[in-house]
Amino acid sequence: MPQEKNVMWLAKIIVTLKPVVNDPQGLAIKGGLHSLGFGGVQSVRAGKYIEIVLEAADKADAEGQVDAMCDKLLANPVIETYRFEVQKTE
Amino acid sequence: MKFGVVVFPGSNGDVDCYHMVKHVLGHDVSYVWYQDTDLSGLDCVLLPGGFSYGDYLRAGAIARFSPIMSSVEEFANAGGLVMGLCNGFQVLTESGLLPGALLRNDSLQFRCQWVDVRVEDGETKFTNNCRKGQVLHLPIAHGDGNYFADPETLERLERNGQVLVRYCNPAGETTRESNPNGSLNNIAGIRNEAGNVFGLMPHPERAGEKLTGGDDGLYIFRSILMSLGVPVA
Repeated sequence: MPQEKNVMWLAKIIVTLKPVVNDPQGLAIKGGLHSLGFGGVQSVRAGKYIEIVLEAADKADAEGQVDAMCDKLLANPVIETYRFEVQKTE
Repeated sequence: MKFGVVVFPGSNGDVDCYHMVKHVLGHDVSYVWYQDTDLSGLDCVLLPGGFSYGDYLRAGAIARFSPIMSSVEEFANAGGLVMGLCNGFQVLTESGLLPGALLRNDSLQFRCQWVDVRVEDGETKFTNNCRKGQVLHLPIAHGDGNYFADPETLERLERNGQVLVRYCNPAGETTRESNPNGSLNNIAGIRNEAGNVFGLMPHPERAGEKLTGGDDGLYIFRSILMSLGVPVA
């Protein structure tokens, strides 16, 4: 079996505000849904969804890189938390 | 005295800072390009307002990694005076030079108006030309000025007296109505523990002449000059 090189990985990252942080966008969306008649909506939290395609030796390497990206730039640890999944891609 | 004004892609308050220092106060000032790293010879570094990198991701998040910011951190850690105005404040919190973060305004609206802020301490490097309790009339123009810090950080800021200006009404009372963006404890500006880094959402650099609606910003800039040893009126 030929050794795989330059494997491409797709990271799907979700960044959300910490529960203690007030989310005015979420509140505004909730108000909009209520005025559309979705009276059952109890709460809305808005966040960010980011897709990154990267080259890495293996899945652990890709996950390590994405984790570092989140820590350094994609999320602000003062106000946000993040989670992600990594899968092989073309 | 020599001031430096950092210019990021998307800065728009840089010219206001330059004008304030050069033409209103009559001191030396130069622009510092974000890709440069040399701050030698400067006594005070100003991080201007604007929308560095289009506010992409989070306001100030990407500017924080520009080459000049490593030098600004070194400059600050060596005791140099750094003031971040509006977007500059956001850059300072993103870079960790000041605690907390600036969230979307609670109204979700961009707020461009004049506000009143109360000076909480008249003895600091940035407010020594003010009286404690003095009300300054200054303009704001931001969409993300809603100051947030976790309860421990907030408590520490208050205990150390690091909150230098708070949104208030003209009588100096910090009411909910006078808070334009939802900031915790009506916080408009804070300093670091050492006292040489100051960030605020209002724009003292846009309030240097009566012609533009008010000149209370001079109190802040005169304070900086005084702490640099320049006698001012």
